Amino acid sequence: MKELLKDLDKAFENKIRLGIMSALVVNDYLDFNALKDLLDVTDGNLASHLKSLEKKHYVMYKKEFHNRKPKTKYFATNNGREAFKKHINAIEQLLK
Amino acid sequence: MKEKYIEDLKEIKDIMNRSSRFISLSGLSGIAAGIAALIGAFLAYRIVYTNPEYQEYGRIFLTNESITQLLLIALGTLILAIGTGIYFTTRETKKRNQRIWDIQTKRLLINLFIPLLTGGILCLMLLFKGYIGLVAPMTLIFYGLALVNASKYTLNEIRSLGLIEITLGLIATYFIGFGLLFWSIGFGVLHIIYGIIMQWRYKS
Repeated sequence: MKELLKDLDKAFENKIRLGIMSALVVNDYLDFNALKDLLDVTDGNLASHLKSLEKKHYVMYKKEFHNRKPKTKYFATNNGREAFKKHINAIEQLLK
Repeated sequence: MKEKYIEDLKEIKDIMNRSSRFISLSGLSGIAAGIAALIGAFLAYRIVYTNPEYQEYGRIFLTNESITQLLLIALGTLILAIGTGIYFTTRETKKRNQRIWDIQTKRLLINLFIPLLTGGILCLMLLFKGYIGLVAPMTLIFYGLALVNASKYTLNEIRSLGLIEITLGLIATYFIGFGLLFWSIGFGVLHIIYGIIMQWRYKS
């Protein structure tokens, strides 16, 4: 049991961070507003969770301008994808 | 503890689906498209098969006038089917509080239209070169390929619908005189059946 628990990633304990990762691993990228609509959260809330995922190098962003409006595209890094996979596997083992 | 993780998995799956697939396909638009197709097929049937002087040993001769009429019917059917499709799908997205024009929709449409436009252009060429019998089977085959191609970005059922359309198209190519019949099954009856199934399965 303890062995299994160590594979569970603390970064994904939070529902919103788990949601962000779930969406980013199946999409090439998503912009800030798409994530906001998808997860139904406030700007500030989403931004702080994105920041904590960036700190762990699970998520990367790129700023672009569309018709002079800034648009931030978010990507899952390879690190993030690996970590997410590991986390899901750990959950699956736990539920066996 | 376990419940939390079961809940997490459910949420992950839901978010993955919502963020990568277009799920607001309305069964009603399938039913409406099917009915439009059956009406179109009936009108076409009247033009093609009710002029006995054109028929000779099972072959059909079409005048330029009736080809124009057939094209008009085809165009009308297409507009009716797409129009009702857009109407019911927009209604469904509103109900689900989703935007109709987002990445998922764009991806779905691009992948749908690559085979669909290829087939459409090919069919127009066949029509003008006089290979009229091949038009109905080819529309079925290319429509089926378009559905299979687009199914990765929408509900899973679309894939099996596409495979059935391709099969019907191949059969129709073999039994070439019965194109209109197979076309009515593929575009009319199948759309109605799938529409009813989807409506019943995903009723929100």
